[in-house]
Amino acid sequence: MSLAERLRPTTPTHRWVGVGAAALGWFALYEINLPLWDWVVYDLAGLSPSSRLGSGVHFFFYDSIKIALLLVGIIFLVTVLRSFMSVERTRALLGGKREGVGNVMAAGLGVITPFCSCSAVPAFIGFVAAGVPLGVTLSFLIASPLVNEVAIGLLFGMFGIGPTLLYVGAGLVIAIVAGFVLGRLKLERWVEPFVFETRLGGQVIDPSVGLTWDDRIQMGVEEVGLILRKIWPYLLVGIALGAAIHGWAPEDFFTQYAGAGNPFAVLIAVLVGIPLYSNAAGIMPLVQALHDKGLPMGTLLAFMMAVVALSLPELILLRRVLKPPLIVTFVAVTGAGIVAVGYLFNAVIPV
Amino acid sequence: MIIKILGSGCNNCVNLERVTREAVADLGLDATFEKVKDFPTILGYGVMSTPGLVVDEKVVLSGRVPTAAKVRELLESLTS
Repeated sequence: MSLAERLRPTTPTHRWVGVGAAALGWFALYEINLPLWDWVVYDLAGLSPSSRLGSGVHFFFYDSIKIALLLVGIIFLVTVLRSFMSVERTRALLGGKREGVGNVMAAGLGVITPFCSCSAVPAFIGFVAAGVPLGVTLSFLIASPLVNEVAIGLLFGMFGIGPTLLYVGAGLVIAIVAGFVLGRLKLERWVEPFVFETRLGGQVIDPSVGLTWDDRIQMGVEEVGLILRKIWPYLLVGIALGAAIHGWAPEDFFTQYAGAGNPFAVLIAVLVGIPLYSNAAGIMPLVQALHDKGLPMGTLLAFMMAVVALSLPELILLRRVLKPPLIVTFVAVTGAGIVAVGYLFNAVIPV
Repeated sequence: MIIKILGSGCNNCVNLERVTREAVADLGLDATFEKVKDFPTILGYGVMSTPGLVVDEKVVLSGRVPTAAKVRELLESLTS
């Protein structure tokens, strides 16, 4: 029996009392995290807050716990909310929509639809074969990884509401515009022909239908476990690197090369970020450490978007349905959008 | 009983096959397992979000990995 199954409540009262107790426990842990590590690192271990070792060690422990807590809370909430949506429902909503309106809807739905990148290929075929325009389908496929719930939660926890809204807004605009442009380019000839020949048959099972609250809560608990098991190595490496930068990197090292003074910084950040395969959880501690060292927010957001939105494994999967010229165009258009957003942010946000 | 696991071979499909095999063993059913990795065939069943579970050519589940208990319920309702 899995943990989630043993936690399964017997009555509705049990269920909501359980959820309430878990929420209270979460807030308590979140509140004592900072005083706890202040006490352990600075008082108990006697390290100085101004020393490199002290601030590095403090950053590592405090941040690991804080990020883990934020992830648990956010993944749980998002999974429960998303259990009301499904790819099937999204396709039904997008069917018959023209380009333009369709792109806007697809980008929005891409954010809220539960979607695993391993389903990218069947979803692509399912959308296109059902008559959803290619550009609209691509808007969905760009928005889904780009505006990422883990990134939203972490940005909010570390930088507040401003950068979070910028990130979500920018991600939506990139997905809408890139999908629209790709649709206008009439690239259907670079889609593998079998996609258009696929006959959709059988009966569609909508996974969001027929779930009880207990099912949805259980899915939330399981998803938390699943994602944490998957990302903890990324997270630890990210935090360790972040701590190293935090404690040891010379104050002006990064600003000198990638600061506001370098006009190519955003472009380089995006080019470096595209082939890198990590996830928001591994990147965010680095982003925070680099931000503390004075790198501009636009450059950092562009870097993060390039890492999470475009990755080699995903492109290799898409190769099953898209011919190489379309993949290259897809990467170029999306990458250009991310670069533009990076420069825009750098221009409007003071460092 | 012929059970088909639909999906391109990512973790979700492996997990779905594992819980389904558990459920089949619990119920003492006689079932053969098949993996379907070919996308047109998967779409032919109407499944867009993998993994999908097909029992005797009928889609019973798609888009998530259920618990073994849930699969047991599903299979029981089909065999009774």
